[in-house]
Amino acid sequence: MSAFAKPLKIALGLAVIAGLIIVPMNFNRYGLFILSQWAVMAIAAMGLNLTLGYAGQVSLAQGAFVGIGAYAAAIMTTHGWPLPVAVVVAIALSFAVGWVLGYPALRVQHHYLAFVTLAFSTLAFLVFRNESWLTGGIYGISNIPRPHILGIATSKPLPFYYVCLGSLAIVSLAVWWLIRSPWGRAFMALRENPLRAQSLGIDTKRYTLMAFAIGSALGGVAGALYAPLTQYIDPVPFNLSLSLDLLMMVIVGGAGFYFGPFLGAMIAVLLPEWLRFTEGYYLMLYAVAVMLLLIWSPTGILGILDRYLAERRTKAASALRAVAKSRLETVQ
Amino acid sequence: MNAVLEVTGIKKNFGGISAVDGVSFDVREGEILGLIGPNGCGKSTLFNCILGQLTPSGGEVKLDGKLVTGLRPAELNKLGVSRTFQLLQVFPKLSVRENLILAGQEHQGNMASRLVGRSDAGLTEAANQMIGFFKLDHLADEPAGGLSYGQQKLLDAAMAFMGGPRLVLLDEPAGGVNPSMLADLKDRLVAINREKNATFVVIEHNMEFVMSLCSRVMVMAEGKVLAMGRPDEVRKNPAVIEAYLGH
Ligand SMILES: Nc1ncnc2c1ncn2[C@@H]1O[C@H](COP(=O)(O)OP(=O)(O)OP(=O)(O)O)[C@@H](O)[C@H]1O
Ligand SMILES: [Mg+2]
Repeated sequence: MSAFAKPLKIALGLAVIAGLIIVPMNFNRYGLFILSQWAVMAIAAMGLNLTLGYAGQVSLAQGAFVGIGAYAAAIMTTHGWPLPVAVVVAIALSFAVGWVLGYPALRVQHHYLAFVTLAFSTLAFLVFRNESWLTGGIYGISNIPRPHILGIATSKPLPFYYVCLGSLAIVSLAVWWLIRSPWGRAFMALRENPLRAQSLGIDTKRYTLMAFAIGSALGGVAGALYAPLTQYIDPVPFNLSLSLDLLMMVIVGGAGFYFGPFLGAMIAVLLPEWLRFTEGYYLMLYAVAVMLLLIWSPTGILGILDRYLAERRTKAASALRAVAKSRLETVQ
Repeated sequence: MNAVLEVTGIKKNFGGISAVDGVSFDVREGEILGLIGPNGCGKSTLFNCILGQLTPSGGEVKLDGKLVTGLRPAELNKLGVSRTFQLLQVFPKLSVRENLILAGQEHQGNMASRLVGRSDAGLTEAANQMIGFFKLDHLADEPAGGLSYGQQKLLDAAMAFMGGPRLVLLDEPAGGVNPSMLADLKDRLVAINREKNATFVVIEHNMEFVMSLCSRVMVMAEGKVLAMGRPDEVRKNPAVIEAYLGH
């Protein structure tokens, strides 16, 4: 069965990738904007999934890191720096700040940690709003240029969508590598049983800080793409509600599942668009749908799939056992 | 013979109660030392003080003659000291094999090689061997949380051996393991002790298990060492019979 499942999975994956490249070619400006936004949010959610889903460290600050990345990119590119350089700076900055934010996690966990990161989120928002000499304050930063990649201008929606999609691809591969590496396993050990982890030589302190730093750095990457995507930023999109949105994407998609953030970001970005015809009711419908989902499956959408597959495996295994048993009986 | 572990005057107070009250002993290279005593006499607390899980209120611990009191559990493990827990401590959502790889990976390479190197840190083979050794073959890909209590107990012990430790502190490894598996477990421990030259300290309430496995036995009562000696000596010691074996 599994020999058949693998080529099927690869074929499905290739079809999705081809679809993401080809189908948007005849999308309008708005459709491309939404899809680019999905790619950017998926990157940020993947970062949070690493911190929260894999390493088990609650964070309500991912939106702040998107903000840090966005401001870094906006300030630098409006001063003539190329975007790739700004991305590197955004990564370094959010990695360093994320590392520092990891320190409280060494002392407090769960809802206490949520409060600490929430306070940080508010602090970051105040800096974006009040330090107008750097961030433009409430007036924000406008005319953020889109980059030239390999000499090609990406100022039109379609080329810039490909920039976002390409970045998502690179981040996805990096995260895939990371979670399969011993580091990823150590992150899961933090979530599953830190006491046991310590006794096995796992430096829980260093891995906790790394989980925060890397997750935050991905938030920074998303921000550095968000700025040229919207070409104008002010503090409002980076307030606490973005952190909550990202948290919801991770949880609805399925925390600790690799594909959770892709799915969660899709639902969070596209569903409000699809529900637009309901006019004022869409947020309410969205909220009710999320509540029902989480009551039904606290582990998110991929949690449902996971349970279904596990059930099927158990059934297959017990069927095998029954066959083996009846053979034994006939032999006797 | 050299002492691998020297414990001198370890004390641990919890508020008013003194759980461990000045315990001193040596563990010799290659031996299996049993540690017995009534419930609540401070055996697990002593382990936790030695392993850096708890900070002792007094006393010191030496490993190969070097002072290690105050080191963190992860640091001690890197020096070759591993342990099992009285209460089950596995990684429930990871498979049995992943649990074992996790148990050994920090002993391979460095932080950088663990990021860019092989995803199994080169340990799949070793993990499979350990799985075979503890007869968990049919469960290798099952999540550890789905195993029975006794099977998880075996996994917990197997994990302690993945890093190739020199000294292993086992806290009630036989608790909840059924009699037929118990004989297996004893064989495994003896085999690892001989082949890998690993030194063990084993806390256990199962007298038959301790007396047949250990070369020496230490008896604790109310936070203090009551007796130390060969199993047959300890068994005959009037103070031990009075305090422990008698009832
Ligand atoms: N964290 C703690 N806080 C307060 N008291 C504790 C703590 N841990 C242990 N104790 C107390 O210290 C004493 C020794 O406990 P310990 O767990 O070391 O006993 P033990 O010899 O391992 O017993 P058992 O055979 O039942 O496992 C007990 O009285 C216990 O209640
Ligand atoms: Mg105990």
